[in-house]
Amino acid sequence: MSNKVLMKGAEALAEGAIQAGCRYYFGYPITPQNETPEYMSRRLPEVGGRFVQAESEVASINMVYGAACAGVRVMTSSSSPGISLMQEGISYISGSDVPCVIMNAMRGGPGLGNIAPAQADYFQAVKGGGNGDYKRIVLAPSSIQEGVDLFIDAFELADKYRMVVMVIVDGLIGQMMEPVEFKTRVDVSTLKTPEWATVGRHGRDHANIITSLTLDAPGLEQWNLKLQAKYAQVELAESRIEEYQMDDADYAIIAYGTMARIAKTTVRIARAQGIKLGLLRPITVWPFPAKQIQAYIGKLKGTLTVELAYRQLFEDVQLTLCDKMPLGWYGRGGGIVPGPQEILTAFEEQFGKGR
Amino acid sequence: MAEQMKVIYERPKSWANKVTHYCPGCTHGVAHRLIAELVDEMDLLDKTIGVWPVGCSVLGYDYFDFDSVEAAHGRAPAMATGIKVTNPDNFVFTYQGDGDLASIGMAEIVHAAARGWPITAIFINNGNYGMTGGQMAPTTLLGQKTTTSPLGRTPQDNGFPIRVAEMLAQLDGPAYIARVSLDSPVNIRKAKSAMRKAFNAQIRGIGFSLVECLSTCPTNWRLTPVESMERVRKEVMPYFPLGEFKVVEGVL
Ligand SMILES: Cc1ncc(C[n+]2csc(CCOP(=O)(O)OP(=O)(O)O)c2C)c(N)n1
Ligand code: SF4
Ligand SMILES: [Mg+2]
Repeated sequence: MSNKVLMKGAEALAEGAIQAGCRYYFGYPITPQNETPEYMSRRLPEVGGRFVQAESEVASINMVYGAACAGVRVMTSSSSPGISLMQEGISYISGSDVPCVIMNAMRGGPGLGNIAPAQADYFQAVKGGGNGDYKRIVLAPSSIQEGVDLFIDAFELADKYRMVVMVIVDGLIGQMMEPVEFKTRVDVSTLKTPEWATVGRHGRDHANIITSLTLDAPGLEQWNLKLQAKYAQVELAESRIEEYQMDDADYAIIAYGTMARIAKTTVRIARAQGIKLGLLRPITVWPFPAKQIQAYIGKLKGTLTVELAYRQLFEDVQLTLCDKMPLGWYGRGGGIVPGPQEILTAFEEQFGKGR
Repeated sequence: MAEQMKVIYERPKSWANKVTHYCPGCTHGVAHRLIAELVDEMDLLDKTIGVWPVGCSVLGYDYFDFDSVEAAHGRAPAMATGIKVTNPDNFVFTYQGDGDLASIGMAEIVHAAARGWPITAIFINNGNYGMTGGQMAPTTLLGQKTTTSPLGRTPQDNGFPIRVAEMLAQLDGPAYIARVSLDSPVNIRKAKSAMRKAFNAQIRGIGFSLVECLSTCPTNWRLTPVESMERVRKEVMPYFPLGEFKVVEGVL
């Protein structure tokens, strides 16, 4: 018997976070993810947690920072403009080595843009956004079930590496309903308060201090080198990709999240027409699964990167594959989501009939 | 004779036995000392978390033996909220300058006060941005020359100074709000008793508390330490009157 329940994405993801042991949530309303804070405000008190509606995203991320310093599982969620406001906090959290999880239900931009699905925050999520040399792990689920499962990993990875983990989805995943199963439940009583947490000394023989400030340049360089070593370790160990219909593929679409979900249908249509098309779907967009994609050098005749943005994911594909094969690109912006046939047409325009 | 000697002054136990980096005559050190004394006297060392600002007191965490975090500029109240909610029995205070609290962090302090959760803010009003070299602050007096109001602050160009204590006292959330001065021994003693009430408001779970401390910045005021203290009395106090602006029942 299956334990599946039909849930709206934004609520299922919130429940996924709670199952992962998240007990503190701070956030500020913004569409298309309001169901997440609303759900948290109902559910967290039931499991002994706390929900706080902050006065802004600037405040929410700094509340997250405070709770993260106490070593608890904590998250916030928002959508593009709100995530922009959080960049300062994300930089500070990264600079002081404390873990937290942030979900971005990406919407059309720039500016206020609209509330339709988009992937235009890819650079902000993957490359930076805040000041300084920092990285965060970025997970990009393409279904509600995968998102729910990834929330367990998100909190585990955040704690393991003491890093910010970002889960990027969009309004499509947030608003649709799908049957989901909650397979894992983290028993929060087994989570230990880390020794570095600022929870009051309570007999500890030293004070714990959490700061992102290192005034002397050699000291800060050393700190940066430590962060870089950690990021290198994450790059080695944590990149993930789904390889769909790739065994005999001549060509591959490279796409993530919602776009990859649609591209799967494109692959099926193409296959029915005799085109040997597959899909490479990064599940982590940072660390980017470059090694896994590079394994296809010499085997593929070309790739088509498809995204709800203008050549953002494509830039990482270019860095990964350079001139090793023809690199096609297709994207739509502003909240327009291309259908499977439109993607196939774009493929044929760039690679002919794929033979 | 030795057994008859009485200790009348000593280093507070919660003081990390370090020399501060503050300029001569700067009252940041005085405010620090009062915090350390109260943490000792109220036996708070084990449950205190200090939330430090961006400003001259950015390294405040180095000077105390309790747990501390360093917030982004103005965000200390939000960070303190996140810390307090995870461990409500801990004692959580923010320490913030006037640029930090009343300019870039105004939203965070107003909403922390309005939520009324028992956290404490120690607010250092020295009328300028000390750390960045003496620029105009929201508390800079009319006519006061700073590096960004070289001809003196005018209402036309710069608006009016903000009286934070009075403003926050309008809200229902705070349990205790006072303004004190660190200019003289008698006022320092009063400042300590106000801080004690503020700490108590938190420990007894009554609500948010804030103590605004009129402070000096001799370096950027371009005055000697003694002249700075005089300036606080002659120029600053008339605009920023001392007193308790909010004391709810149960605060002592
Ligand atoms: C986001 C941001 N903006 C500006 C600064 C630069 N900055 C550092 S300290 C400071 C002002 C501090 O003044 P105040 O809060 O009054 O503290 P004081 O030094 O006077 O004690 C500023 C503007 C910063 N660090 N971060
Ligand atoms: S610059 Fe002003 S506020 Fe800063 S330490 Fe010196 S006197 Fe104090
Ligand atoms: Mg100041």
